[in-house]
Amino acid sequence: MTTPPDPDPGRSLRLGRRIVLAVPFLWLLALFLTPFLIVARMSLSDTARALPPYAPHWEGFGRLGEFLAALDLENYALLASDTLYLAAYLSSVRLAAISTILALVVAFPLAYAMARAPRRWQPALLVAVILPFWTSFLIRIYAWIGILRPEGFLDVVVQALGLADAPLGLLNTDAAVVLGMVYSYLPFMVLPIYAALERIDRSLLEAAADLGSPPWKSFWTVTVPLAAPGIVAGCLLVFIPAIGEFVIPDLLGGPDTLMIGKVLWTEFFSNRDWPLSSAVAIVLLAVLLLPLLVFQRALRRGEGAR
Amino acid sequence: MVRKFVAGAALAASLVLPAGHALAQQPELKIFNWSDYVDPAVLEEFTKETGVKVVYDTFDQMETVDTKLSAGKTGYDLIVVTASFLPRHIPLKLYAEVDRSKVPNLQHMWPEITSRLAKYDPGNRFAVNYMWGTTGIGYNVAKVKQRLGDAPVDSWSIVFDPAKLSKLADCGVHVLDATEEMFPAALRYLGLDPDSKKEADLTKASQLLQKIRPHIRKFHSSEYINALANGDICLAVGYSGDILQARKRAKEANAGVDIAYAIPKEGALMWFDSLVIPADAGNKDAALKFIDFVNRPEIAAKNSNFIQYASGNLAAQKHLDAAVLNDPGIYPKPDVIARLYTITPYDDRTQRTVNRMWTRVKTGR
Repeated sequence: MTTPPDPDPGRSLRLGRRIVLAVPFLWLLALFLTPFLIVARMSLSDTARALPPYAPHWEGFGRLGEFLAALDLENYALLASDTLYLAAYLSSVRLAAISTILALVVAFPLAYAMARAPRRWQPALLVAVILPFWTSFLIRIYAWIGILRPEGFLDVVVQALGLADAPLGLLNTDAAVVLGMVYSYLPFMVLPIYAALERIDRSLLEAAADLGSPPWKSFWTVTVPLAAPGIVAGCLLVFIPAIGEFVIPDLLGGPDTLMIGKVLWTEFFSNRDWPLSSAVAIVLLAVLLLPLLVFQRALRRGEGAR
Repeated sequence: MVRKFVAGAALAASLVLPAGHALAQQPELKIFNWSDYVDPAVLEEFTKETGVKVVYDTFDQMETVDTKLSAGKTGYDLIVVTASFLPRHIPLKLYAEVDRSKVPNLQHMWPEITSRLAKYDPGNRFAVNYMWGTTGIGYNVAKVKQRLGDAPVDSWSIVFDPAKLSKLADCGVHVLDATEEMFPAALRYLGLDPDSKKEADLTKASQLLQKIRPHIRKFHSSEYINALANGDICLAVGYSGDILQARKRAKEANAGVDIAYAIPKEGALMWFDSLVIPADAGNKDAALKFIDFVNRPEIAAKNSNFIQYASGNLAAQKHLDAAVLNDPGIYPKPDVIARLYTITPYDDRTQRTVNRMWTRVKTGR
């Protein structure tokens, strides 16, 4: 690597690059870190009959000592002591994981077919995947109520085909929640996988075939590893919003459906316990950070191998 | 009290909150009310008469309003709030006192309702009743008859007796997802004080609710409107206005679904939706003018006829349609009114305890 001998144009170029790079960081700072810090501060407060309904402990750096002395983490202690919250976190992780796996199972063949379709069809297929987004998300979930309700569309079809003679009773169950989440988040899984598959150089597969690899083996040893970044990105895009999902379990779920999004809603709106709900949100963030870190590591390892 | 669950719409309403009132030449009155809760003609008449332009926003959940108020600023001049929120809001100085000298039509108010509302707003200083109703039982007449026979639906036992409720489980039961509705009803059924704050009583109520839980399809505070109207469920514990609306929709759909509303003989909880002026309202005079306007007996009756809720205005009854006035679901008979009860809010600690019990009931854990 050699640097250009004339430093001046290079310096202004670096300055420009720095400014460009600073934009996303400022964006993150303003729109992610600041709200996060506000929520974190709130999670250390106590509820109070005040406006807004909490009493902050953190009054600034000048009174750091006082703050640390009064720090009791009671909201987090409550989260740990009441098994309800742990059950809600685990149940959210379980439902989100099932939804993610099912979405992957449905999305991969879809994305594969799209990537293998003739070039001129691909834009139309892409639009078909995105098209549902043009209708309100809420309306589409309501439509599922119509499909799944007793004597609804699904029951009529299943009974007409003679597959069952009693109503399936799917509405207001965990199965309906998973179905709703798979349906809603499917495009987030299809698009990154399609993007990864579409980029694969077909000559690699031809080379594998020339060297005597059967198609199934080429698929597992060439296509899937090359599509891995897309698969992982898709899984994260489905898993992360699914774990905190509120509307789908509220509308399609039943009394057994315990998800952290609903617990958070109850704490915030029914109990008006802003500090505790902030603590719930912070812990949720920590739960979500874990798969992200795993993804980062996987990516780095992938790059190292290449 | 139309609680269609449209979280997104409520949020959207909060975003389009009109900001530049300094720009407008014409005086404006910004009202925040439940959806489908006014006769649009009333708003037009008000503007025609006073020259005040009405900016009218709606919400679907009281929690939306509560959170806005808790955050410190709403931007509205007049809000319709449910009375159970008043005891918490009034000490926080969220509201401006209603200057009664500027609202002569308050003389037409219904003393029975006003005195009950005073439990939430001592001295009736801040809130003026708009509409009121009850929390009772809505049911699908044919489906309940098919499963329970000809016995009239007139008692909480249809909900709280597992032997009865279990017969309805297959066709679907919804109950409100609200502690302040379900615990008092359970306490009343047990013969205890519905307003009890004793942990022992509340534990008994929660045990009763645990027992009926296996027969409940859903705990939700608005979905039962559609579910009843479509014939998807056969019983719901819900707000009178919502259930009567489900009845109306079922009738309009003409699909043979017949919905009825019953106030249990043990008594039921009364709710009051009341007009309040936020302390930081920009146009308090217009708000007072509006309160006076909607309490003109003819106007109050016009509103009630349109939305089919009971008005807190007594003089309005002379101008009501017979179909509204004689509907016991809207205007219960005096002996039934005597058995209706009101409750005071839980203190913060009890609220937490009750909410925890309720979550356990709902999730069966």
